[in-house]
Amino acid sequence: MSATHGPQGFWTRYVFSTDHKTIGKQYLITAIVMALFGVAWSILIRLQLAWPDATWPLLGGLMPNLYESGVLLPERYLSLVTMHGTIMIFFVISFALLSGFGNFIIPLHIGARDMAYPVLNMLSYWTIVPACFLMLGSFFVPDGAAGGGWTVYPPLSALPEALPGSGLGQTLWLLAMALFIVSFTMGSLNFITTIFNCRTKGMHMRRMPLTVWTLLVSSILAIIAFPALTAAAIMLLFDRHGGTSFFLPEGMVLGGQVLAYEGGTPLLFQHLFWFLGHPEVYVLALPALGIAFDVSATFGRRPVFGYRTSVWALIVIAFLSMIVWGHHMFTSGMNPYLGEYFSIVTVAITVPFAVLGMNLIASLWRSRIRLTSAMLFALGLIAAIGIGGLGGLWLGTATSDMYLHDSYFVVGHFHFMIGTVTGFGIFAATYYWFPKMFGRFMSEKLGKLHFWLTLLPLFLGFVAMHYLGLAGHLRRVYDPTAYEYAVPTQGLNVFITFALFIAAAAQLVFLFNFFWSLRRGRRAEENPWEGATLEWTAPSPAPHLNWDVLPVVYRGPYEYRVEGRPDGYWPQTEPLAVAATPVGAREG
Amino acid sequence: MNERRQTPEIVALVLLFLAITVITVAGFAARDWLPVAASEHAEGVDGVIRYLLLTTGAILLIGTLALVAFVWQYGQGRPTKSPRTSAKTERWWSLVPVLGMALIAEAGVLLKGLPVWDQVYGEVPEDALLVEVTGKQFEWIVRYPGPDGAFGRTDPALVDGQRNPAGLDSDDPAARDDLVFRNVLHLPVGRTANVRLRSLDVLHSFTVPAFRVKQDVVPGIVGRTVFVPTIPGEYEIACAELCGMGHYQMNGRVVVHTEAEYEAWVANQTGWLE
Repeated sequence: MSATHGPQGFWTRYVFSTDHKTIGKQYLITAIVMALFGVAWSILIRLQLAWPDATWPLLGGLMPNLYESGVLLPERYLSLVTMHGTIMIFFVISFALLSGFGNFIIPLHIGARDMAYPVLNMLSYWTIVPACFLMLGSFFVPDGAAGGGWTVYPPLSALPEALPGSGLGQTLWLLAMALFIVSFTMGSLNFITTIFNCRTKGMHMRRMPLTVWTLLVSSILAIIAFPALTAAAIMLLFDRHGGTSFFLPEGMVLGGQVLAYEGGTPLLFQHLFWFLGHPEVYVLALPALGIAFDVSATFGRRPVFGYRTSVWALIVIAFLSMIVWGHHMFTSGMNPYLGEYFSIVTVAITVPFAVLGMNLIASLWRSRIRLTSAMLFALGLIAAIGIGGLGGLWLGTATSDMYLHDSYFVVGHFHFMIGTVTGFGIFAATYYWFPKMFGRFMSEKLGKLHFWLTLLPLFLGFVAMHYLGLAGHLRRVYDPTAYEYAVPTQGLNVFITFALFIAAAAQLVFLFNFFWSLRRGRRAEENPWEGATLEWTAPSPAPHLNWDVLPVVYRGPYEYRVEGRPDGYWPQTEPLAVAATPVGAREG
Repeated sequence: MNERRQTPEIVALVLLFLAITVITVAGFAARDWLPVAASEHAEGVDGVIRYLLLTTGAILLIGTLALVAFVWQYGQGRPTKSPRTSAKTERWWSLVPVLGMALIAEAGVLLKGLPVWDQVYGEVPEDALLVEVTGKQFEWIVRYPGPDGAFGRTDPALVDGQRNPAGLDSDDPAARDDLVFRNVLHLPVGRTANVRLRSLDVLHSFTVPAFRVKQDVVPGIVGRTVFVPTIPGEYEIACAELCGMGHYQMNGRVVVHTEAEYEAWVANQTGWLE
């Protein structure tokens, strides 16, 4: 089969494409578009938190459905918070990191011509397109978008009389999420099948790059965890529109009326939600770590330290992540013995994470760092895991969570783990694989500028959120100064807003670089970074079906700095000469 | 690619990583962020937080130092020896984070945390003061059993925001002397408060930052939170679980009296229905 005989028509080539690379790019571009909304909303949120008493006539003119006489309405604030979280977690990070780079890189990394099910893959993408429109469109329904938080806890989310956003907006949210889950499940199934069945000759599991390992573990977690949310969403829809009482107990009074529900409990929803929700954050974070390993191996010119201990750590993390969901519910009134159990297993997760962290840092030992934009973001990612991961220990310990739960400490913590770590993973991957995706380099100058402008304000802003949490600031509060004890630390909110505005503005550099480089970037050769993994043996950009002749793999993915090699490294595809097998990342 | 030319950038990167870690750790220690600790178990909670600050701060510093040392040493294009390590060496090294983290993390939960957890969720002393707090959009309804020591019957159908916020059933004799207040909870200092938690509508979370108390209020379930106020004064009650438009203003007050003051205050109250 020749690689040049791909579909030639515009529609089959760029729109309804079954090519994993095109679908990956479609996801990535969709994520960028959705990120524009998600970040824009966070700017409105930060304005409100820093200056809760201010009026914004200009914003009111631009967005009359959010602002009334220049004042952001409390229910609209809650919609912004809810939609920012939902969009960023599911429609930006999942899209870019999992569906985007996952689709693009898995076949190229394992030596496959495409995904195992190319048509299913196309279907996955086109299922999320209506989901995006439903989510964004929900802002324009009469009572606004869903406002119960991204966790959509009932009864608030179940009863339109409890909150304006719990009307049509919440229904649209649930439908959009249902489509998202269907799509993500199809995608994960495709990833798993492809990784297990479509590896080229010689690509044993233990020769796969760590990015592929993390994507495999994430996909398995997603397959196991998402059905719980699907069930919860369907039950919630029934409670809202079918008169059932899965999550609704008897005796609730709203608007002076006793509601006619009985027999359910809101705690059931929380269990179902977090059975998905906790693994989901690892689904997002792990591929970013995998990318950091791959990028730092290529630009550190040395084998990853602890390839096998890293794979074991991933497997342990995956197992533990399924049995710790209750740490989101320490204060929910659960049995205190159960709470202690969840606390003990939760903090145990720091153990495999510490192994990954140490391996990432140790992978720089005796390296030869090439400080590219991708490498800078990978290094920034390592720094972010430190603060984000260790902060998790404060929340996983039930006794300190009693105070920190639902405070800004939590907000700061997850903005490190699933904001900064995943974000930096996406940036590192973009700078790293852009030449393979589009046949051109992104500007390194602008890439570095992007890094230097982003890191400090982003870290300072999110670290300061931890302090706010210690001072008792609670999340999802429309006006932080409504509590007297919070007033003395309100200045910190202003600081955070300024810091994050700088960080947000820095992303314009990235946007410009991305789209400018698509057309004007310097042309890239096949293997611009001297990488050893398979994707660098395909042309840039990789054509339909990737290779004329499928590559055959002879060794592990990180054979850098080998004595006697002219370029100092072994590509995975090069047949073994009689030279001694290097130790370290060797297989078997 | 010439790695020597990137030295200025390497210097900047090292300084940046050091600065971030120093600022982060120093920021935590710069001031006492926590509000006043005004309950018996608050000291314990703060102790856990201090323990975590010390241990995780130390790990963060060690990690950062290793990171910047490697970036500094290996970022300037100097020739280095072979970086290869055997799988066995890597396995042995992984014991360092495994044992270190397991020890620090589980000691925090079991040795530091568990005794405090037990203090909060363990047995309630017999002489505890029983009081009920009911969350509703967007206020806290406080009820005392009154002189008879028994809560009267309530009925959601009788709830009336102004006239009968707790939904007391006047047919029940035990309900007649129940004391009802809105958004203010009076407690004596030094005596265990056993707070029954109920919700009339959606989820709320009964939170008193000064007491390090946070307990969700779940409709359909009668919950409980137990604490001992230690310093007389006034403290704010907050709602920590998103409960609707007015969530941000669902604040109340706890007034902690001396024992004598409290007795005098109680003596002056009459039942809501009387």
